[in-house]
Amino acid sequence: MSLDLSRRTLIFSTVLAGGALLVGRTVPGLAAAKPARFADFGPFLRIGSDGTITIIAKYAELGQGAQSGMAALVADELDADWSKVRVETAPADPITYGRPAFKMQITGGSASISDSWLELRRTGAAARAVLLEAAAAQWRVPVADLSVTNGTIAHAASKRSAPFAQFLEAAAKLTPPTDPVLKRPDQFRLIGTEKVTRLDARAKSNGTAIFTQDVRLPDMLVAMVAHSPRFGGVVKSFDDKAARAVPGVVDIFQIPSGVAVVARDTFSAKTGREALSVEWDDAQAETRSSDAIQAQYQAMAAGQAKADWAPFVTKGDVAPALSGKGRIVTLDVAMPFLAHATMEPMNCVAQVDGTRCRLTFGTQSHTADQRNIARLLGGKPEEVEIVTLPAGGSFGRRSVATSDYQKEAVSIARHVGGFRPVKLVWTREDDMAGGYYRPLTHHRARVALDKDGYPTAWEHRLVTASLLRGTMFEAAIKNGVERHGVEGVIDSPYLAAVPAVDARVFHPPEKIPVLWLRSVGATHTAMAMEHMVDQLARQAGIDPATYRRTLYTRANATSHLAVLEAALEKSGWGSPLESGWARGLAVHACFGSTVANVAEVSLENGEPRVRRVTVVVDCGTAVAPDQVQAQMEGGLMYGLSYSLYGEVKIVDGVVERTNFDSYRVLRMEEAPQVTVHILPSTQPPTGVGEPGTPVIGPAVANAILALTGKPVTRLPLVRA
Amino acid sequence: MGVTLHVNGKESVVDAAPDTPLLWALRDHMGLTGTKFGCGMAQCGACTVQVDGVATRSCVTPIDSVVGSKITTIEGLGGTHPLQVAWEKHNVPQCGYCQSGQIMNAAALLAETPKPSVAEIKSAMSGNICRCGTYNRIIAAIQDAAGVKS
Repeated sequence: MSLDLSRRTLIFSTVLAGGALLVGRTVPGLAAAKPARFADFGPFLRIGSDGTITIIAKYAELGQGAQSGMAALVADELDADWSKVRVETAPADPITYGRPAFKMQITGGSASISDSWLELRRTGAAARAVLLEAAAAQWRVPVADLSVTNGTIAHAASKRSAPFAQFLEAAAKLTPPTDPVLKRPDQFRLIGTEKVTRLDARAKSNGTAIFTQDVRLPDMLVAMVAHSPRFGGVVKSFDDKAARAVPGVVDIFQIPSGVAVVARDTFSAKTGREALSVEWDDAQAETRSSDAIQAQYQAMAAGQAKADWAPFVTKGDVAPALSGKGRIVTLDVAMPFLAHATMEPMNCVAQVDGTRCRLTFGTQSHTADQRNIARLLGGKPEEVEIVTLPAGGSFGRRSVATSDYQKEAVSIARHVGGFRPVKLVWTREDDMAGGYYRPLTHHRARVALDKDGYPTAWEHRLVTASLLRGTMFEAAIKNGVERHGVEGVIDSPYLAAVPAVDARVFHPPEKIPVLWLRSVGATHTAMAMEHMVDQLARQAGIDPATYRRTLYTRANATSHLAVLEAALEKSGWGSPLESGWARGLAVHACFGSTVANVAEVSLENGEPRVRRVTVVVDCGTAVAPDQVQAQMEGGLMYGLSYSLYGEVKIVDGVVERTNFDSYRVLRMEEAPQVTVHILPSTQPPTGVGEPGTPVIGPAVANAILALTGKPVTRLPLVRA
Repeated sequence: MGVTLHVNGKESVVDAAPDTPLLWALRDHMGLTGTKFGCGMAQCGACTVQVDGVATRSCVTPIDSVVGSKITTIEGLGGTHPLQVAWEKHNVPQCGYCQSGQIMNAAALLAETPKPSVAEIKSAMSGNICRCGTYNRIIAAIQDAAGVKS
């Protein structure tokens, strides 16, 4: 952390009267009551005269519970009363709330806790220091004689005690320490304990949590858009006579992404859209089928079709071993487009007046949205205010470099004008057919084994569309290689343990919009690498756990070794199972954390049945152990869902399976029992929102390999 | 136009067409936004309410079909229902969007089967999708609320 940042963090304000303008922090009409008076202790902490402790979170709540963990970082150092702690999401302001590494305000990369680890603890510690200093001055006692418990400062010798609130005015005027003393791990009272609960659990259990879909503002209109059934298709003409006759429909007009139907309520908008007749111009549209794209990628990977390969791991010479007489193992695995399929379909409330704009919605990517909307309106990013709501699931979908649905909402609100609120609502079908999928991807690898069965040469060909080309992040593509596409291969301990590697990637240009999906590159690379290693072990006649142990030892992959050994022990690896059942093992590291899964799998009517999974995670300090467990459970279910069933099927350019009747997702009766073991650690925390996701797919595939002797060559495992 | 609905113990007249789905009448006309829109075709369960105690998908239920029925939404469950207490205790919600529907479906299950087995819970709850994958915590919370050992 830079000195400048820490100084900025520690500028305290004087006590403000309640009701002061808090731009971008509250939904008008939905704001919780503010305390009568409060003091800001830097940009991330506000303490109210009523004792409430408000943490201002610069990372959005997408469901992973990060905001509760962030609050615990402040509250522990502050010695606050956890029951008085609240969270408010920060306004869009990249100067104050940006991520230092990006200079942008963006939530993602499983980084909300790891990036907050020092910043928020320093906030809490500095506030505690000035509160103690103020109390010491008022009571005329040495600071060293004071203690703090649950938000109450006490002086034992004189038996005096008072809550933080009593010292707000004096404390906020003091100069905070430039280098506040942080607790040692053994001094934590909240961090690492089960006391860190989800602060949003109640509101999300009684219907009061407000999502974008729930926003109701005075004079608000609801809009739906008729989109081209094909990516790249545009409006040729439309007939809105019948649609305009639908009661409640207010206006119908063309926007860049289609034809907007604006109505007084959602059902009227939907009915109006159904009555609309649109003719589309498909001259520039994608008309291929996903099967054809898959076949093309497979041909590229096999060297049968032209591809502009970019090397990303090159060492030694693979040719002698791969053209020699030794054993060669080939992996060929095809992975489909995947939809994020959040429970809450995409939506956005927009208000526009000239270049001034307010968006009220769940976003992961404040600064990108501000820039894109400002460009659309011809204004400045700071004219775009964002009120951030919790997302009803995101998994990456609400972090779009192009701000696709946001721009759609703004285009409509601009047409309506007058800063009148317009809620853009996507139906499930709009959402599933709207693109921004995990790219369809093909991996092919050829590996030569030595006489002991271990790899001596590894050739890898990976075809996956670029997530960043054509976006404001395009500069991150280096020498034709996009890190997102190759992560999990480029840093694989298996490749580190092999003397000769020739790994290349091609990011073919595509019209179908693609995007990161929970765990990003690992969604496909973990499957490729972990399923390959099991095939190598099988060829070598070596237990897959032993095989991994050898390679991890060669690569000095200590975290992989640690989770492997714990997973073997906790899962009873090697002990007999009933006939028809097998265990599958997989280990993968991403976002700083390493996760092992051992899955117990059988085949019932050809479909994999997963009954039990042992999870071991090495994620540094587990700030909120119960939430780490929840992320391992939930990430696993998400990964199991797409590995078993996930596939966006496109036929002649048209997306099929646009609702949950045909786009199958994991349901409760298919959910395995999950036991999570968190390795003890005093290291700083690393990611947990994503690392639990990509490991289960290969674990199940490896169990299927053990059951049938046949490798998996394409996902999903259950074909519709 | 106007359809009289009995929701959470109160009668309200909704100015909407008779074929309007109950979901949109609740959300857009009555301001009861705890009931969620997820799929619009009774596939995900996010819109689950109770109609005369029966778990019902409000997204495919026209309002004229529930005139005279007692409708209960998440707002009408009281906030201290044993399931809601258990949901909070087990930190069940993640994004939280599906949880109103999960709880309303679970409440209907417990009303009919006060001590459900895990198999009965799975059978009753598998129509409700949770994309965050909170299924095991939902099972634990239902067992806790029902006083059944896990």
